[in-house]
Amino acid sequence: MIISEQKPMEEVLQMMEGERGVFIVGCNGCAESSGTGGKAQVAEMKTRLAEAGKTITGSISIDVLCDKALVKTRLVRREEQIRDADSLLVMTCGIGVQATAAVVNKVCHPACNTLSTGGAVGEWRGSERCAQCGDCLLDYTGGLCPLTLCTKGLLNGPCGGSQDGKCEFEPEVRDCGWILIYERLKKLGRLDKLRELPEPKRRDKAQPPAELRTTSRWALEQRDAS
Amino acid sequence: MKVSELFESGKFVVSSEIGPPKGVDVTGMMEDAELLKDRVDAINITDQQSSVMRLGSLAACKLLKDRGIEPIFQVTCRDRNRIALQSDLLNAAAFGIENVLCLTGDYVSLGDHPDAMPVFDLDSVSLLQAASKLMEGRDMSGAELIGTPNFCLGAVVTPCTEPMEPQVLKMEKKVKVGAKFIQTQAVYDPKTFENFMSQIKHLDVPVMLGIVMLKSAGMARFMNKNVAGVHVPDTLIDEMDKAEKRSDKSIEITVRLINEMKDMCQGVHLMPIGWEKKVPAVLDAAGL
Repeated sequence: MIISEQKPMEEVLQMMEGERGVFIVGCNGCAESSGTGGKAQVAEMKTRLAEAGKTITGSISIDVLCDKALVKTRLVRREEQIRDADSLLVMTCGIGVQATAAVVNKVCHPACNTLSTGGAVGEWRGSERCAQCGDCLLDYTGGLCPLTLCTKGLLNGPCGGSQDGKCEFEPEVRDCGWILIYERLKKLGRLDKLRELPEPKRRDKAQPPAELRTTSRWALEQRDAS
Repeated sequence: MKVSELFESGKFVVSSEIGPPKGVDVTGMMEDAELLKDRVDAINITDQQSSVMRLGSLAACKLLKDRGIEPIFQVTCRDRNRIALQSDLLNAAAFGIENVLCLTGDYVSLGDHPDAMPVFDLDSVSLLQAASKLMEGRDMSGAELIGTPNFCLGAVVTPCTEPMEPQVLKMEKKVKVGAKFIQTQAVYDPKTFENFMSQIKHLDVPVMLGIVMLKSAGMARFMNKNVAGVHVPDTLIDEMDKAEKRSDKSIEITVRLINEMKDMCQGVHLMPIGWEKKVPAVLDAAGL
């Protein structure tokens, strides 16, 4: 199971600064089990965002958000509600946020930090998409993770090894993650994000908190994995 | 002497690059450095260039400094985490090294230890931030330093890459967090360089045009194929191909490129890659 925690409400509101309408997306899979993005948390988030003066244009809970094809078919039915929103708040792991961002041409804010994927890649197979860094930065990068997409895991844009959208490491097969991010942000009208200066990654956050590792839920996870 | 002081005095600044040897015999390196000493304003010492393991930049910079030659200490993020990087910056300051060029670094697969662990704990921008913070008397964790280093920080940019905009945006960040001069990746096309310089004219920072001296047509083709952000036009490759004496032609082309582009920038950075002894001839012919 992928374990996530909710970002502090302060950070969620900061990401949505200047926006009014928001569409909330929850996940009935691991995020529900984590208590971070199930139906109950979506309902709670609606109240809190309304209190903060946001307009909720709609909400949905999907089984599961890491299934990109499913996310697309479910969201298509809510096209109008999504169109009315300035952004989507996606309450799940980094994989689910990336799957959602890949199928809607809208800003997708991550509501959670992914603490551990337990080795899972979710239903969106193919490659590692979430580095379980514990401090999700998908808001800054338009829903594409630089830790998994950039060979060097850079946080401030492409290095000099980027050429024609390809990475100096395996240019035949590997895209430059930062050019993908640049193109996505450009499409979203958010190129200003590339002027921001993110804090250097806090590597200590990549280790799930000790409190979590002493829970019976964690112990069960470990047993399943072996 | 900080290179920023030279730019402030209005000087067209010239630097050249030396790669330390693979091993501990520094005779050749020091010969090259002595030869360039009175001809260039500063000498860049590369940091495990192309991810090939060799004598370190810090030791080579110290050797130059001891002989009164001004080094530019190149630091990449490939091989060290933030503890080692900050410590090496302090080491440099303790040796009296003032000019520091902060780079991301090539990926390990490009070099002779492709099986090594790539680090990239920081990147070029956060390394510049860390160095700037050290200059304010604090380390990245906020702890106070006993004695504060005083650097002139530099950064690099690749002008001839597509798309150009993300490179420009990243360069903006580098200037914002403390880069006082910029050295470019090799440029062979004055038109592209002119375009690039117009894209960054809002940035108040001196730019040094980078040129890798072409040693042969084969080398140019190799760079086109394997070095991101470097494009040698076919016309120059043809010229090298037909040249009777390659080194003379190389010097001629380098001088021509300098002459075509020197009015667009504030300095030139030569990367002779083994042809350090030919740099004086280039500078003579270019009137520098």
